[in-house]
Amino acid sequence: MNKDYSHVITKIDAIAAKIYDDFQKTEIPFVNLPTRTKSNIKFDENLNVWKYGKNITERNAKSLDGAYMLLRTMYLADFIKEMIKINKSSTLREMYYISEGWDLAKFHSQQESNLLAEDLEVITSCMREDFKLRPEEDGARVIGNVTIEETTRNNKKKKIHCQDDVGDSGYSIPYNVEPEKLTFKSIDADFMIAIETGGMFDRLVENGFDTSNNAVLVHLKGQPARSTRRFIKRLNEEANIPVLVFTDCDPWSYRIFASIAYGAIKTAHISEYLATPPSQYLGVTPSDIENYDLPTDKLTKEDINALKNELTDPRFQDSFWKGEIKLQLKMGKKSEQQALAKYGLDYVTDTYLPEKLTEMGIIKK
Amino acid sequence: MNNFIITISITIAGCIVLQLMEVIILGKITAHDLAKKQKEISVAEFFERNKHILGFGNQTRALITSVKEGVDNGLDTCEEASILPDIYVEIKNHEDGECKVIVEDNGPGIVKKQIPHIFGRLLYGSRFHAIRQSRGQQGIGISAVVLYGQLTTGKHAKIISKVDEDRPAAVIDLVIDTNKNRAEVINRDTVHWDKPCGTRVEISIMADYKRGKRFVYDYLQSTSIVNPHAQITYKETDGTEHIFERTSETLPKKSIEIKPHPYGVELGTLIKIAKHTKSRKLSSFLKTEFSSMGDRTTKSAIEKANLDKNLNPKEMDREQFLALHKAFKKVKIMSPSTDCLSPIGETLIKRSLKHETQEISPEFIITASRPASVYSGNPFQVEVGLVYGGNLPKEETVKILRFANRVPLLYQQGGCVTTQAISSIDWRRYGLNQPSGKGVPSGPAIFLTHVSSTLIPFTSESKEAIADVTEIENEIKLAFRECARKVQYHIHKVLKRAKTREKFDLITKILPEIAKKSANMLNKPVPSLNPIITKIMDVVWIEDLIEYEKIKREPVQTTLVGDSRKEDRGGTITKSRIMVVNYKQTPQKLNLYAIIPEDAVVGSISPKPSKVTNNYIRWNLESIPPANKIDINFELAGLEKGDFDENDLYIENINPTYVIGADKWEGD
Ligand SMILES: Nc1ncnc2c1ncn2[C@@H]1O[C@H](COP(=O)(O)OP(=O)(O)O)[C@@H](O)[C@H]1O
Ligand SMILES: [Mg+2]
Repeated sequence: MNKDYSHVITKIDAIAAKIYDDFQKTEIPFVNLPTRTKSNIKFDENLNVWKYGKNITERNAKSLDGAYMLLRTMYLADFIKEMIKINKSSTLREMYYISEGWDLAKFHSQQESNLLAEDLEVITSCMREDFKLRPEEDGARVIGNVTIEETTRNNKKKKIHCQDDVGDSGYSIPYNVEPEKLTFKSIDADFMIAIETGGMFDRLVENGFDTSNNAVLVHLKGQPARSTRRFIKRLNEEANIPVLVFTDCDPWSYRIFASIAYGAIKTAHISEYLATPPSQYLGVTPSDIENYDLPTDKLTKEDINALKNELTDPRFQDSFWKGEIKLQLKMGKKSEQQALAKYGLDYVTDTYLPEKLTEMGIIKK
Repeated sequence: MNNFIITISITIAGCIVLQLMEVIILGKITAHDLAKKQKEISVAEFFERNKHILGFGNQTRALITSVKEGVDNGLDTCEEASILPDIYVEIKNHEDGECKVIVEDNGPGIVKKQIPHIFGRLLYGSRFHAIRQSRGQQGIGISAVVLYGQLTTGKHAKIISKVDEDRPAAVIDLVIDTNKNRAEVINRDTVHWDKPCGTRVEISIMADYKRGKRFVYDYLQSTSIVNPHAQITYKETDGTEHIFERTSETLPKKSIEIKPHPYGVELGTLIKIAKHTKSRKLSSFLKTEFSSMGDRTTKSAIEKANLDKNLNPKEMDREQFLALHKAFKKVKIMSPSTDCLSPIGETLIKRSLKHETQEISPEFIITASRPASVYSGNPFQVEVGLVYGGNLPKEETVKILRFANRVPLLYQQGGCVTTQAISSIDWRRYGLNQPSGKGVPSGPAIFLTHVSSTLIPFTSESKEAIADVTEIENEIKLAFRECARKVQYHIHKVLKRAKTREKFDLITKILPEIAKKSANMLNKPVPSLNPIITKIMDVVWIEDLIEYEKIKREPVQTTLVGDSRKEDRGGTITKSRIMVVNYKQTPQKLNLYAIIPEDAVVGSISPKPSKVTNNYIRWNLESIPPANKIDINFELAGLEKGDFDENDLYIENINPTYVIGADKWEGD
């Protein structure tokens, strides 16, 4: 794994040089980066995903907050340089703690440090991996007729069959799923279902849905980590199997789907790398609530706001989403995947999924 | 007897006059016969009937009233003799509900032969004729306490008084002969007393100490707030001592006696004054016996009353007086002079509040004072204060401290014009809670109001609430509005400062760090920052720093000669340092004004100012280059530590938007 990091160092030094120049030109130091908000994501026709648009945010030292940001960015950049030099990597959380020693530049929350690391990606068009920063293991899991070859810590290659070689909890997706670390040796499946909750994942596993329907099951564990999304994308591309996303029926779940299918707002700079445009939303949809007469909860104030927000989110502008979101606002209700258990434990695998998959043309009856 | 009657009616104002007149003196004015009959009513009977009026309605009130009468007299007498008051209050509790109230002062003392009159006769005093601000107006007097004590405990009062440093003190034990309204001296003696002069009164009364104790404390604490020149020591029955410290070494301005103003005079009083005047003609009578009566007003009053200016006032009849009294109201008469008032002053109110709220550590204390004004011919003046923040409870209704002529008003808050005025202001704009914008607000604040007047218009005889007099209500409102405006200004200033402070942090801390880091990463020398600093700040920054320095000096209060506490009292020098930094990119010049606080005296100033008046110092600052600063220093004497924590600074000859830390000078 002796990756070449020289281009990373060049890009990091370019930031320092920019700031230094500003001082010498007696200009208030600043850096520009694309505005990272919903209002600035545009659909990229070529890549088929949502990317940042043309709006630029200037981070400058005119205000105290801006100056702090710049200072932290500089410290972060220097820290990355140092890690590259001594050939180490750190988790995002470790970096947050390391910043304790940065005096004025120290971070006040991990959210702040994560955000800044993303900023730095955006500014340098490098990836987090280039910075030798990694997230904590998030343990998203896979079960299905897939054989994976993973390079272990002691540089040995190990084959893992994602049904036979794993327990009930499945194969745990590592944070690095790039070819140098992970390759797919064989894939025999008709489609892949990405599932939001662990409870539903386990239900499908227990009911043997992966074997009975020749499906790969991926547990998203809520908002999927980069590696999970990247894993799904690679699997989709390399095996050419459809991806279905199966979540709760609420606005937050729709965002999970969007981050898989369209690209997330926070990581729009690398959407083409993380998003799987052919993904389809399986359910639970607001229409399902009506059609299957599912148990519901009332939408909270936050839910309603999030739904309204989605109505103005460029990614949700097609007629399917507009219709479903409006329907849900009208019903004022939401539901969970596991609400399907109302009709018995096998209902989801015996009735709901087959019906939905047929409807979507994934399986033929 | 003659004298006696006049005394009462002039002293006691408003409603109480009428009531007392009914009881005791009804007669004199209309019939001499009646007066004779009145003489025979015993003061004991009078007292029994009017106990509640006199503040002895129940045993809790009785305790507070007794302490209050003693303390008020002590303060009054010290001020009259220009002595800084040192008052000692002690309550001794006997099992059976009997308390001994001891009040001691360091006043000039009372001459021996006067003691029986003062303590053994109801309604006898020296302040009776005076129209000016004094506490004495508040109660019926110390003899009422003696009488109450004697009626409830059967015990006599003991008075010790010393008038001459070289002579022993007189000790007199007395009771009131309730039939004659005269003192009956039980015992006379002399005793050695360490004090150079002063008076000590010991009276046993029936009282509810357990309930009253808290009120006595509150009363003394409140008294201390509005009497910063007084030192009050309070010893509880269990020996616990509270000391309310003196925070000002200056006696209040002496109030000057004035003559009654025609607008405020009652018909009865008018008649009485006429009976005793030396003037033989109506016109000279009006001019000599009343305030604000010049030739013109006198003439038009007499004309309006349809009277002859040569009438002998002693021979006028009731109808004529009535006509004159009515005519007063129809003539425009100048307001009386307000010298007779002795307000506390903003600096002292602030200092006392600061002292008393130390434990609360409030965010700020703001005061406002109105110019003297007049209602029905009676001068009055309103001062208010506001304590905000710190540990004050956020949910409770605001505490209102009410004062009239430096005396705390402890009861009937709801019925007081003060409360009414406060309730009618919308406090929500000023960060306090007030459902529907009316009523006493709640929030972390204490309000103080002090009304001083030659005649406080109380709602009732018990003198606990000020009546709903439009003029007074308006003045209180105006004062609080001013206070509220100052609060807003203060908050605005604090915010503005905080913002500037941020920028200052930015240029002094963060920016150099960014420069250093970028240089380190590139292995280059650290770039120069000054040009960028002026670009980021783009203001002239004025920073104000105040320090206090204790200095030793001899006591200035010459009237303290003979005071047993002879140690030096140090003074304080208030040192202000003002830094003017030009963070603009071009040179700047400006004129700077620093306001001199009330009561302060200017000491050394550097650099040389271009003008110094009683109110301000002005510097004309010549062109300051970018990124350069000028230090200005000046000293003030006459203030105590903490009296003011920031200078009021103003600027001129520069675009005010360029400047942070001072406002536009609006002219003298
Ligand atoms: N402690 C004292 N020292 C000196 N004089 C006193 C003292 N107490 C009372 N006097 C005198 O006695 C007078 C009567 O007092 P008091 O009965 O309390 O009536 P008031 O205070 O209303 O005048 C006062 O006006 C004052 O002249
Ligand atoms: Mg008195």
